[in-house]
Parts: sequence; structure tokens; C-alpha cells
Amino acid sequence: MGFITGKYDVIVVGAGHAGVEAALAAARMGGKTMLATLSLDNVALMPCNPSIGGPAKGHLVREIDALGGQMGVSADKACIQMRLLNTGKGYAVHALRAQEDKPYYTMIMKEFIENQPNLELKQLMVDKLLVENGEVIGVEAETGEIFEAKCVILATGTYLRGRIVYGQVNYECGPNGLRSATKLSGSLLEHGVELMRFKTGTPARIDARSLDYSKMEVQNGDDVVRNFSFISDIKTREQIPCWLTYTNADTHKIVRDNLHLSGMFNGLVEGVGPRYCPSIEAKLVRFAEKERHQLFIEPEGRHTNEMYVQGMSSALPAHVQLQFMRTIPGLENCRMMRAGYAIDYDCLNPLQLKPSLEHKAISGLFSAGQANGTSGYEEAAAQGLIAGTNAMNKINGREPLVLRRDEAYIGVLIDDLVTKGTNEPYRMMTSRAEYRLLLRQDNADLRLTEKGRALGLVDDYRYGRFTEKRTALERTIAQLSSINIAPSEENNAKLLAMGTVPLRSGSNLLELLRRKEITYGKLQQAFDLPVLHEQVAEQVEIHAKYEGYIAKQYQEVERALKLENKKIPGDIDYRAIKELSSEAAEKLDKVRPTSIGQASRISGVSPADVNVLMIALELKRRKEQE
Amino acid sequence: MQEETISAVITALGEGAVGIVRISGEKALAVGERMFRAASGKKLADYAPNTLVYGHIYEDDSLIDEVLAVFMKAPRSYTAEDVVEIQCHGGIQSLRKILELSYKEGARPAEAGEFTKRAFLNGRIDLTQAEAVMDIIRSRSEASLKLAVRQQNGQLAKALRSLRKDLVDIVVNLEAVIDYPEEDIEDVTFTKVQESISNSCAKIQHLLAHAHTGKILREGLRTAIVGRPNVGKSSLLNALLKEDRAIVSEYAGTTRDVIEEQLLLDGVPLVLADTAGIRQTDDYVEQIGVEKSKQHLQDAELVICVVDGSEKLTQEDEEILEAAKAKPYVIIVNKSDKDIHDNLLALQERFGKEQVMALSAKTTEGIEEFTAWLKNFVYGSEGALSDGVYVQNARHEQLLREALSFLEDAGFAAESMLPYDCIVIDVRNAIDLLGEITGDTVQDEIINEIFSRFCIGK
Repeated sequence: MGFITGKYDVIVVGAGHAGVEAALAAARMGGKTMLATLSLDNVALMPCNPSIGGPAKGHLVREIDALGGQMGVSADKACIQMRLLNTGKGYAVHALRAQEDKPYYTMIMKEFIENQPNLELKQLMVDKLLVENGEVIGVEAETGEIFEAKCVILATGTYLRGRIVYGQVNYECGPNGLRSATKLSGSLLEHGVELMRFKTGTPARIDARSLDYSKMEVQNGDDVVRNFSFISDIKTREQIPCWLTYTNADTHKIVRDNLHLSGMFNGLVEGVGPRYCPSIEAKLVRFAEKERHQLFIEPEGRHTNEMYVQGMSSALPAHVQLQFMRTIPGLENCRMMRAGYAIDYDCLNPLQLKPSLEHKAISGLFSAGQANGTSGYEEAAAQGLIAGTNAMNKINGREPLVLRRDEAYIGVLIDDLVTKGTNEPYRMMTSRAEYRLLLRQDNADLRLTEKGRALGLVDDYRYGRFTEKRTALERTIAQLSSINIAPSEENNAKLLAMGTVPLRSGSNLLELLRRKEITYGKLQQAFDLPVLHEQVAEQVEIHAKYEGYIAKQYQEVERALKLENKKIPGDIDYRAIKELSSEAAEKLDKVRPTSIGQASRISGVSPADVNVLMIALELKRRKEQE
Repeated sequence: MQEETISAVITALGEGAVGIVRISGEKALAVGERMFRAASGKKLADYAPNTLVYGHIYEDDSLIDEVLAVFMKAPRSYTAEDVVEIQCHGGIQSLRKILELSYKEGARPAEAGEFTKRAFLNGRIDLTQAEAVMDIIRSRSEASLKLAVRQQNGQLAKALRSLRKDLVDIVVNLEAVIDYPEEDIEDVTFTKVQESISNSCAKIQHLLAHAHTGKILREGLRTAIVGRPNVGKSSLLNALLKEDRAIVSEYAGTTRDVIEEQLLLDGVPLVLADTAGIRQTDDYVEQIGVEKSKQHLQDAELVICVVDGSEKLTQEDEEILEAAKAKPYVIIVNKSDKDIHDNLLALQERFGKEQVMALSAKTTEGIEEFTAWLKNFVYGSEGALSDGVYVQNARHEQLLREALSFLEDAGFAAESMLPYDCIVIDVRNAIDLLGEITGDTVQDEIINEIFSRFCIGK
């Protein structure tokens, strides 16, 4: 039998990207928190690609940062290359993407965690979840130690019954040869938690010294130094390039000839893999007509020769992986340091969760990250932050933090998960967000910092910088709209000099800024305005230039909010509403939406079902009133 | 809490001397005031609620109809919201115009059962009626679902589907490039996007101009009865007129300088061209010969081609049949009170059973089947859904108009080379609106398309 060795408010199982943010948030909110990891040397490990950010993912990082999370700050520090993607495609989809020094990232995160008050980091294999009367009471470790807690957050990544497969190699294991958590799944099933089996994969790593760079295309970072975090002040950064090359007919022949040996096709991989992260085997099968596939060779850090072969994820036997890579220009003599592999793991069906990320049936049990069927470091960190925050909100008897779809990508992510579920590892994409113009990476702080502040996640320093920026922004907009310019000869000469057409009637400066050719910088010089911080100037420009579109999106939001604000009580019996279609009743019963808005997003629930539901709710309300 | 303002015709369409358009919601009074001019020169709001006010409906400065209007203040109305009801002449033209005007002024078409739903949600109807309301919503939505399914096979649905697909293609291309900027995906050009959008705009404009059922409901089905002399055209017309429950209107045609007549045949409004004086001279129609028949065919939406089944077909018959084939047509083999067997079989073989009907204008045998055929022609196989179809189509038209306006914005954005994210917003809105007609949602579709079309991923 076990023995009680500790008592906590919150225990976080797993110290990957979700677990780290969860534990930090809980501790920052004053909860006595324990963070359990299978290996103290691998906290916030990046077991797959060495990059953070990109479209939608970079947005998530900014949002995490605005809410006081750690990912942005660490990613800025460990960054070895940064680019702003999509610059030609509109502010809303501008996306920062960083190459990271992986070992250094782990080091920085470990240091943060170790020095966070209220937080204990422990190397521990958790075997059991302890539940009493439908409430979580703690966890039991393989040592027999029992740790009591008011809330437990599962952030188990790919470790739950994790199993690595490539060729005939097939063993129980977490990523990178770390231990697999073999017993916790069984304990979860005993408590009625529904599990799914997913799969993901990673490519081989090759030795930087064995490559011929003259045959590849160099890809450098941007000259302008940028940061994810709104509080990072890094202004110079030594960058390391990535390299672009392509597969060819020889590569494809080797892969095709050996398909039967791949873990993907020899029956060893059970889980469902993500479509956006296919193995090279899957790419060649699904897009047989494509003559070449691009791959990026990306450094894994400053102090290692390992290079990540992006695009070549594979579960083929190691010798075949080496053989096909050697057909690729630049890689003819490559030495493989680690083989790529597929990994199978258990995760929770997210339809079991409330929008707070708490399990519907087990009070005090939260889960986040790959454990909820997502993929990606950023998606994981975002959920971790919310799970940690809401565990503390629950303990403190406060309302959970639930971000709406019009407030944050985090809101879209979690709403999708708990409303629609997922049948493959879920990846965030900007096209999943219906209010994309509002959810820009540049305004994440304006959207979320106040919320984080109210919860105790945002410290004085961050909040001070934020309010300063906000004040400058408001002041500038007010100023620009109050300065009227007459169509005088002098003014029109200035406009011509700025490359724009002269005025025919008076206009204020904010209206002028709407013109495509005009920037704040130009106005500032021509009309002697104050010099602004670059970020503030950008906000002012976006405000002016996107105004019409932003207004359009706010109108849509307002319409949608009417349905979001119609709450559904938790005790409603959908099966008793006979006018609902049976499919709708079943889905509604499973998802148990909290609002009419959420109900309307469930697939299989028609507009007629939503109308019926609204009437049934009114009926229920009146009956209860009597 | 007040909802969007909605409006609909709440009387049976075209079948009464008076028709009523109800406008309900927050902006009901504002919408009403913009359409209605009281004879007294005062505003509706100047009168005490529930006062019947005499006046006229104007669209800009052109007179639509002479009406009575009443404002009912929330919660003292059917829906317990602000309501304006306009009583006008019962003809289709007038009702349609007033309804359309209400959309233009800020109301949106009411959905099936929506007034009643609101009444209930606002506490107006008692508990015992609530289940009935849910039944209405359920059955109406099933009826409209059936309509939607039928439209799957129809021209309109086909056009909508291909239109929607074109738009989804644009979005998929743009989204793939946005979400996977470093992938090996060919970037789309503004010119291509613009071209594609303007094609779609043209298609919607075409649809709006030709939306079959909508146009029939608005203007009647432009019908020509043709055939060589003495095959029974006028007796057929008279037989049909007996079936007519209400002569809707008799008015000077707006497009041509001739008299047209509308009749409502079991819910199907027909416009019979060039029947001037039909009641005076019984054989006017009968005298229409081949040349005149061909002329009538020109702008008909349905050609009723009459032959005498008891006689051998003549060269004239053949010429008219041949000309009719270019249009939607039905062949009436008249005089089924005599032996028409061989002619009927031969014609059915040549033109298909669906297109050929036997009847006797004299005994009216087969007239009912023919009106059923007409209903089917206009509404599809389930027969008229009366107001269901009507609301549905008004809504579709409105949705199409809104979609068009979004697309025009998108086209402008592409033309001005505004960033992709701006273009995508308007195109997606247009797709959503089209989806409301066809019942499709777009979210997963676009992502699925991205993955099936492009090989992407690390």
C-alpha cells in the first residue's frame, strides 16, 4: 500500500510544454504545485522539430505570453534564427517563426521552473490517478508514494503507453528513448476516462559535418531582430541558417520499394496520424504524382552537430532511411545520428472535457496538450496555461477562464476540441479562426493582458509595459483624428512627396493613414508628430488601414455572441426532448455544451435542433419558476 | 432581449383580397417608417400604438400600394416585440414588393415558425402550446429540407453547388498559402483570384435574374399556349380558368405593350401572354396560328403545346412542336374523350412520358393531373409547399444578394491588391451564405480540401 508523502493544491503530471505552463500558472496564482516528470533532464523537451511558431502557432505563443506564460520569453532567449512569415499576406496572418537551440531551451525552462515560488519539480513515474466519489484526491507513484492534491492536471504528451516503431524496431518507450508511462492508462480507464490511440512521427537527425552545403539553398533569418514576448528586449541575435533541398525519383523509388518494411504499413503502428505531418511514406502514397518534395535541414542547437531533416518523417528501417537520404542533393554522404520513428500513444478524447479543460465526470481532473489529442508545442503550452489557471480558479471558487473564439486562438483551439472533438492529432491553423482579423499576433497583448492581470498571471513589470503601450496607442489615435489637414498647397505638396494623391477637401490624419502609401513614419516627419515605439506605430497603422474589415468582423462577433450568451444549464436531459433529431440528442448529450452558441457548432446539430433546444430551455425555465 | 428584425407575409399568398406583411423586432418601427407614408403626413410613431393608419407604401419616390399600417409596441404584440403590420392589396406583386422593401430597409426574411418561436421565447404563448411550436419547427424544417433535397437535382442547386465550389477553391488556395507559407505550393495571383471572383459574381447575378421559382412567385410563370388553330386552345384555357380560384390582377405588361393576365392555379401563378379580350372573344386564342405561336414562344418560360389527339398530326403541328422543344414545354394531347390512343403513344415515345399529357378540355378529364404537373414543374415533386416555398425562396434570394455584395467587396479587395486575409473574409462570408441555402458548413471542408489537394507538412 502507498504512503502519503505530500499534499498539494495542484499536481501536474508531465513537464513538457503543457505541463510547464500549467505548473507555472498554478504556482503564479498562489497554488502549492508539484510538477512530476519522468526525467529531470528533459523538462520542456522538444522531441521533434527544432522550431517554435509559424502561422497560428506563433499567434498562440504571443497569446500565451500576453497571459503571463513562459514559452515566448524562453523561445526568444534560445532562438538561433527568427523570421516573420507571410509578410505580404496581411497583418492578421503575419507569423513569427523561430529556430530554437533545443538543449538550451530545456535548460532555460528548467531554471525558470526551479526558481518559481510555490512550485516543486520532481522526477517521478505516476502510476495511478486517485479518485474518490467522483473527485480527484491525488496520484500514486511507482514508488508507492501517494501525493494528495485538490486538482490533478494530466499533461502526459506521447508518454501514455508510448511505443516507438521504425521498421521492425518496436518497443514501449516515450520520445527519444525516455520511459513510457505504462500503467497510468489502465488507472484512467478504471475511472471511466475514455482514451484514444494517436500516432505521430519524427525524421532522422544527421551530422552537420557530413553535408554538402553548396548543393542546397540557404535560408537565413530576417535582418530585423524580433521577439515573441511583449517583454523581451533582445535586439541583436547571432543567427544560424537552415538549408533547403529536394527529394527526387531515386529517393522515391527507394521509399516505394521498401514500403512494406515501414512501421506505417507493416501493421505495427496502430494510432491515427496527423494529415499535416505525414511521413515521407504517406506523402508518396497519397501524392504519387508529385515529382519532388522539399525538405529543410535545420540545426538543433549551437552546441550540437545534429541537424533535423524537416519533411522526411519516417518509420522505415534505419538502413532504408539512410539509403534514401543519400539520394538527396547535399546529403549524398550524410551520416545519420538518430533514425526517424513513428510513435503511438494514448490520449483522452477531448469531448469529455468542459471548456475549462476539466473532465466532466471527474471533478478536479484537468488535462492539456497532446494528452487531449493535439499536436505541437504551442498548442500544448496554450492548453497547459489554461488548465493550470482553471485548476486554481476551481480551488479558489472562481469562474473558469474560458476564452471565446473571438478573443483568442486559444479559445478557438479549446472550443474546437471540446465541441467537435478530433480524430487526428489537432493542429492549430489560422483558417480555423473565423475572426482572424481580430486575432492578430500583434494585438495579443491588447486582447489578453488585462485578463491575465485579473487572474494574477501578469506581474507588475509586464503590466506596466502593457499599459504604457496602450496609453500611447489611444493617445496617438485620438491625436491623429483631431488634426485636420486642409487641402492647401503646402499640405498637398507634402502628400505628393509621400507618393500619394493630393487632397480635394479637408481630412484628418487618421483618414490619411488609411491610404495604402502612407505610414505613420511618413506622417510623423511631414506633420511633425511624436516619434512612436515601432509596435505602437504598427498598431496605429493597422487600426487605420483595417478599420472597415475589423468593423465587419465585430458585427459578426456581435451576432454570434447573442447565441454564446444563452447559457444551457448542466442538468438538461437531451434525450427527453423528443423533437430533437436522435443524432442531435446523442451529440448534445455527449458534448453537453454550455451555451446555445456552442451547441450550434456541434456537427449533426441543425438550425432546427437549435431552435427546438431554445424552446425546450424556455419550457424548462418556466416549469421551474412555477 | 430583442433579436434581429424579421418580416414575412402572414396571409395566404395571393388568395385573399387583403394581404398582410408583418415586421417584428427591435427595428420594426424604423423599418416601417421608412416604407410607409401616412396620408395625414404624420409618422406612425405619432399615433397611439394599435391605431390603424391609412397611407401609402413608397420605394424611394415611386408608389407601391395603398395600405393600412399599424404599430404594436412590445410587449403588446403577437411576438411580444415591436411589430409593424402592413395591410395591402392581396396580389402577389404588391406583397412581394412590400416584403422586399422591408428587407431593403433592414429586416431579414423570417424563418419557418419564427414569429411563433419568438412569441413563445418572449413569454407570450402558454406551456401547452410549446410542444406544438417545436413540432412546427421540426416539420417545417423537414419540409424545407425536402425542398433543399429536391433542389439538389434542380438547376438552381446545380448552379449553387458549382458556384460554391469555385469559391471554396479560391479560399483553399489562399488558406493553404497562408497556413503553409514555406511549402512547395504555387502562390495564387491577384489576377487569378479577381477573375475567379468576378466569374462567381456574374453567376450569382445570372441566378438572381433567373432564379426560377423565385421569379415565378414574383412575376408569375410566363406561359404560352400554342398550337395550330382549332386544336382546343381556348377550351383548355377556359377549363383552366374554371380551376382558377382567384384572378389576381389584370394589368398592362411592363415589358411589352400588350395585356397580360395572371391566374393562380392551385398555388401556381401563371402569366398568360397576349390573351387580350379573351373573355369577349372566345375564339381569339383559337385563331393564333403557327407564326403567332412561334412569336409567343420567344419569351415564354413554359410552353403549353396543344395538339388534337383525335386527328393525325399535321405539318403545322410538327413545326410548332419543333419550336416548342427549345423551351420548357408540355404537350397536351387534347380530346381524350375521343380516341387518341395512337397519337398519345407515339408522342410519348418521341418526347418522353413526362412531357406528354392527355386531357379533355371539354369534359375536364385530366385537368387535375395537368395542374398537378404544373405544380410539380414549379415546385418539384412534393407539390406546392405554399408559404414554405415562398419564404424559402425569398430567403434564398436575399442570401444570394448578400453573398453577391460580399463577393463584390472581395473582388474590389483583390483588384486593389489588399492582403489575402481581407479577401478571404469576404469570400468566406459569401460561402457561408450560400451554405445557408444548401445546408453546408464550410469549416472542415476547407481544411480537408487543403490536405487533400496539397502535400504539406514537416
